[in-house]
Amino acid sequence: MGWIGETIDSIKSIQIRQLLTQAISLGMIVTSALIIWKALMCVTGSESPVVVVLSGSMEPGFKRGDILFLHMSKDPIRAGEIVVFNVDGRDIPIVHRVIKVHERENTGEVDVLTKGDNNYGDDRLLYAQGQQWLHRHHIMGRAVGFLPYVGWVTIIMTEKPIIKYILIGALGLLVITSKD
Amino acid sequence: MHSFGYRANALLTFAVTILAFMCAICHSLITSILNINWFQKQPHGNDEVSLTLNITADLQSLFTWNTKQVFAFVAPEYKTSKNSLNQVSLWDAIIPEKEHAKFWIQISNKYRFIDQGHNLRGKDFNLTLHWHVMPKTGKMFADKIVMSGYRLPDAYR
Repeated sequence: MGWIGETIDSIKSIQIRQLLTQAISLGMIVTSALIIWKALMCVTGSESPVVVVLSGSMEPGFKRGDILFLHMSKDPIRAGEIVVFNVDGRDIPIVHRVIKVHERENTGEVDVLTKGDNNYGDDRLLYAQGQQWLHRHHIMGRAVGFLPYVGWVTIIMTEKPIIKYILIGALGLLVITSKD
Repeated sequence: MHSFGYRANALLTFAVTILAFMCAICHSLITSILNINWFQKQPHGNDEVSLTLNITADLQSLFTWNTKQVFAFVAPEYKTSKNSLNQVSLWDAIIPEKEHAKFWIQISNKYRFIDQGHNLRGKDFNLTLHWHVMPKTGKMFADKIVMSGYRLPDAYR
């Protein structure tokens, strides 16, 4: 009976070791993704280095589902730049073009007015009650490049969360069952 | 190491890298001219000017296989005692194709030219024409030409 006990023990130990290896691989993949994301945040100087376009207010240039790459430098904000900004009280940032700039002589502070290319009027209606201008602290970054269509993955996963769970489940299953 | 899967993967990665590189290096030059006419000026709180713009531009050389659209706008730039820089976009247009990139247009300012204060009488300013190129994929770039020597009237009309 002793060798049965030994066999069972050896089988158990192999399984545990394999399981641990796979768990660590999964952990490595997740942490690498996090490292890349944080590094991007550092390099681009923006809290959110990549955003997905959600509305059609910048068409035909940016369509819903496009991905924008942001960069925030200390350079002054100038007319024509496409900026991503947050309005107090709204949780989704807006990506529009700067059409007016008034920069103060002494403090360097700036009053900015934005407008979506595809909108009729400027963004004053979108700003907070009584707010006429955006200031530097509202602006999260400048759009410097973009990829079309790739953002649809994020939109679908946000609007239909069940797809997100299916995807993560499938990915997890793939990692666990892979033999290398 | 020599399976179909590995080879397909290597080929795809290589192709995408080359494509990305090609999208990044497109560039071009342009020439354009701009004139401006005068109209009226009404003070009500802040100074405001209304003008007629006469814009001639040829931006055709900006269009490449990777160009989705060109966004062009005209903005005067001027300095006041309170503000070191004021830029006020007066007119803009989206140019979706090369055929539309050569144009002549005479219109009143699309957006109101309003100052922060009463500084516009006799104000010297530069008129700038900017163009922002939006690619089908990749990095956006922009440039401008500056025409100096413009001056607003000394008195309200």
